[in-house]
Amino acid sequence: MASKVYNWFNERLGLSGIYDTVLDRKMPKVNWFFTLGSASLFLFTMQALTGIFLTVYYVPTPDLAYDSIQYIMTGAPFGWLIRGMHHWGATLMVITVFLHMLRTFYFAAYKYPRELTWVTGVVLLLSTLGMGFTGYLLPWNQKAYWATTVGTAIPGTVPVIGPLITQILRGGADLSGVTLARFFSVHIWVLPAVILALIGVHLYMVIRLGISGIPKKDD
Amino acid sequence: MTQSSNLTRRDFVNIVVGAVGTVIVVSVGVPAVAYVLGPGLKVSKSEAWIPVGKVESFPVGVPTLVTFTRTTVNGWERTTNSYGVYVTKPESGDIYVLSNVCTHLACRVTWKEDLAEYDCPCHEAVFDIEGLVVSGPPPKPLVRYATKIEEDTLYIQL
Repeated sequence: MASKVYNWFNERLGLSGIYDTVLDRKMPKVNWFFTLGSASLFLFTMQALTGIFLTVYYVPTPDLAYDSIQYIMTGAPFGWLIRGMHHWGATLMVITVFLHMLRTFYFAAYKYPRELTWVTGVVLLLSTLGMGFTGYLLPWNQKAYWATTVGTAIPGTVPVIGPLITQILRGGADLSGVTLARFFSVHIWVLPAVILALIGVHLYMVIRLGISGIPKKDD
Repeated sequence: MTQSSNLTRRDFVNIVVGAVGTVIVVSVGVPAVAYVLGPGLKVSKSEAWIPVGKVESFPVGVPTLVTFTRTTVNGWERTTNSYGVYVTKPESGDIYVLSNVCTHLACRVTWKEDLAEYDCPCHEAVFDIEGLVVSGPPPKPLVRYATKIEEDTLYIQL
């Protein structure tokens, strides 16, 4: 029965073709460092899911942001677990994506013909850091407020256009509800869209070009 | 490796992956469902007894208006509502407390001592001293609250 259903869908969707292309590809002999990309993808998926769950209760206004998180932590059942996963997953994702970048660099996997994989990967790493930066403000506690005050002041040291960048990041001269709302927007819409699209390009090239093995002494 | 084993390496991996996967899905899925549904399934009930005043402070036979505010917490939101209740101590029988909210469209009724009735300003509803409808559109008598007296203080339950 199950195989009959599978065959019905397979005939129409070409599932076995997807499986062969995506999972049954030819691979060089690799080690555990080559799992960091999959680990990053898993963490992104987890962050997306727990993030969606957090938006069920989180409210991005100065009046209620802190209170709504208190509610998630103490009122909503298992809210502490969902937020804990999102909190620790965020840190872990930054570490994992960074290590994935180091592996690619040290194993020289960025070279021809994989330059574009590397470039999209760099943007993915920067977007991940952007997620960390924008997400840090959302709890709207003292640490979040002052970290973002400092973080948005740093681009202000750029000659000529620096103060303008700070203004644009904050949506005004000082940190306010406007800053919270735009950081929230970037955190849940803009950067996830960028990351999702680039993961698509990144994975397409990984599948199309295959991955490079561990370089040998004479490489 | 023993030859007698029927379990292939591949089967073993499949079973272990399936078992671990099930544990993960259940241990994350159950909290996720509880998280979303939890607040919706909570039954809100107000069991609090609210003190409205000393029993001897209310005059006999004349409804007395008592106003107070109550703050309820719903999620992260605090809502403060103001309430008005009429306390009546009849010459014989138990003290009773009526809501001053008209049962028609929730306007506030007032006790008219000269007419001995509750009048609603909105649609000319009239209730008697016990809150029963005398005339006008209200479908029901005024709401009567549960009362209790402890140490000469009157408490009501909303």
